[in-house]
Amino acid sequence: MAQRELSIVLSGFGGQGLLFAGKVIAQAGLLEDRHVSWLPSYGPEMRGGTASCSVVLSDEPVGSPLVTAPNVLIAMNQPSIDKFIGEVESGGLVLADSSMIQDMPSRDDVTIHTVPATNLAYENGFKTLANIILTGKLFAETEFCEKQTLLDAVAKCVPPKKQELLEPNLKALELGMSL
Amino acid sequence: MGEKVLMKGNEALAAAAVRAGCRFYFGYPITPQTELAAYMSKIMPKVGGTFLQAESEISAINMLYGAAAAGARAMTSSSSPGVSLKGEGISYMAGADLPGVIVNVERGGPGLGSIQPSQQDYWQATRAMGHGDFFQIVYAPNTVQEMADMIFTAFEKADEYLTPVMILADGLLGQMMEPVELPDEIGELPEKPWATTGTKGKREHNIANSLYLQSNELEAKLLERAKRYEIILDKEQQSEGFMLDDAEIVLVAFGASSRIARSAVVKAREEGIKVGLLRPITLWPFPAKALEATMGTAKAYLSVEMNMGQMVDDVRLVVGKDVPVEHFGRTGGIIPTPDEVLEAIRTLNAKVGE
Repeated sequence: MAQRELSIVLSGFGGQGLLFAGKVIAQAGLLEDRHVSWLPSYGPEMRGGTASCSVVLSDEPVGSPLVTAPNVLIAMNQPSIDKFIGEVESGGLVLADSSMIQDMPSRDDVTIHTVPATNLAYENGFKTLANIILTGKLFAETEFCEKQTLLDAVAKCVPPKKQELLEPNLKALELGMSL
Repeated sequence: MGEKVLMKGNEALAAAAVRAGCRFYFGYPITPQTELAAYMSKIMPKVGGTFLQAESEISAINMLYGAAAAGARAMTSSSSPGVSLKGEGISYMAGADLPGVIVNVERGGPGLGSIQPSQQDYWQATRAMGHGDFFQIVYAPNTVQEMADMIFTAFEKADEYLTPVMILADGLLGQMMEPVELPDEIGELPEKPWATTGTKGKREHNIANSLYLQSNELEAKLLERAKRYEIILDKEQQSEGFMLDDAEIVLVAFGASSRIARSAVVKAREEGIKVGLLRPITLWPFPAKALEATMGTAKAYLSVEMNMGQMVDDVRLVVGKDVPVEHFGRTGGIIPTPDEVLEAIRTLNAKVGE
């Protein structure tokens, strides 16, 4: 069953593209005319282990754009999974990049999917698109929007001057959806 | 109106300012408002405008004084410590009856404080932006869309009343992205016969000045300006009510904290607590009339702010001492959660409920 009310924390190292992945998810919400918000962390943590952003997709107006009890966590490094796994709502979903996380913490009351996203990205020739593979996996698990909407959202978010990146992004998304 | 796009609050504000006819921007970088200046630096050359990174906040506000005196739509922006530096220049603008827009994307204070969102500059914006008997109109958006829309209103009211106008936002609203539909480009700008554009030998000199060495002249000027303030107080109050019809507990919250307060109101209603929210959109003039209208049903008020309790004073000034008026806040850059606000509502309800 589709899960459309999402309060997501995306977290990893700067440069792993989590702010971009968050923007793609928010853009998909916008294209379906829903209430969405996207909030980056801009504090001192940007200069340390984790860069994160909060994304909310809802049928109601968004209250706080700062997600403190996510129902989805997308974590792409060890400090991120350690920092945020305890905050995930009971019954929530965790997508973790197992290429980057050695010690996977366990929780019985949330669904955890480990995806070797960074390795998969390298093996398939789109080395910086582990973020988009995980976005595809998020779609596979939640169907938070129409499939075509998510493809359109990627197309909207890839800047006009970098159109050569569109095709690999769409392939990475399809790969993530198939996992 | 165009299509909806995802934009940061800072960028939407800048994009909308240009569409509102702003062609001069003077600033100095400071987190969390830097995207606003960055956007201006890219767009101003394309529209024939001027982006100028000044050597300090003080020179930026004095450039705003100059551009405003010459009749241009102009703005400056900063964050809390930088806005404090602008105080002197804003007082001079008020004293010279110059229209201009100042944006404060607040962060934690005092001093350098933190770079995280806060609402600790309410008193400064509404009471003490500088020396002398003056006010500025203060708008408090709570969405990215309002960031874009209110800059139009800000320029319009600045020109109408010949006064500095402030947009009081915070790091949350500046940094977040939401869907926004940018307003259409403005058509005709108002005539400014008072502007210092050169007499060309055809008229008396126009002078932009705040110095009156004869006290009786200064008093007369202040009294004339006070009449404009009375009109503003009467005509320009803006607010939004949510679930107020039968509200026994009335939350009052503006800007970012009003979004959190609204979520808490929805949750408290599910528990059967009769609670509503009044959101001031103008902070000066404070929406006293709308707040008075809640007094028929209200048993208590809760001012929810990201500070130690500032707007709560204005709530008390309106509703008096007959019912409890309390404050709930987090400060120094901490954003309260809806659950914390909900708990404050429950506590107050237990105190005043039957």
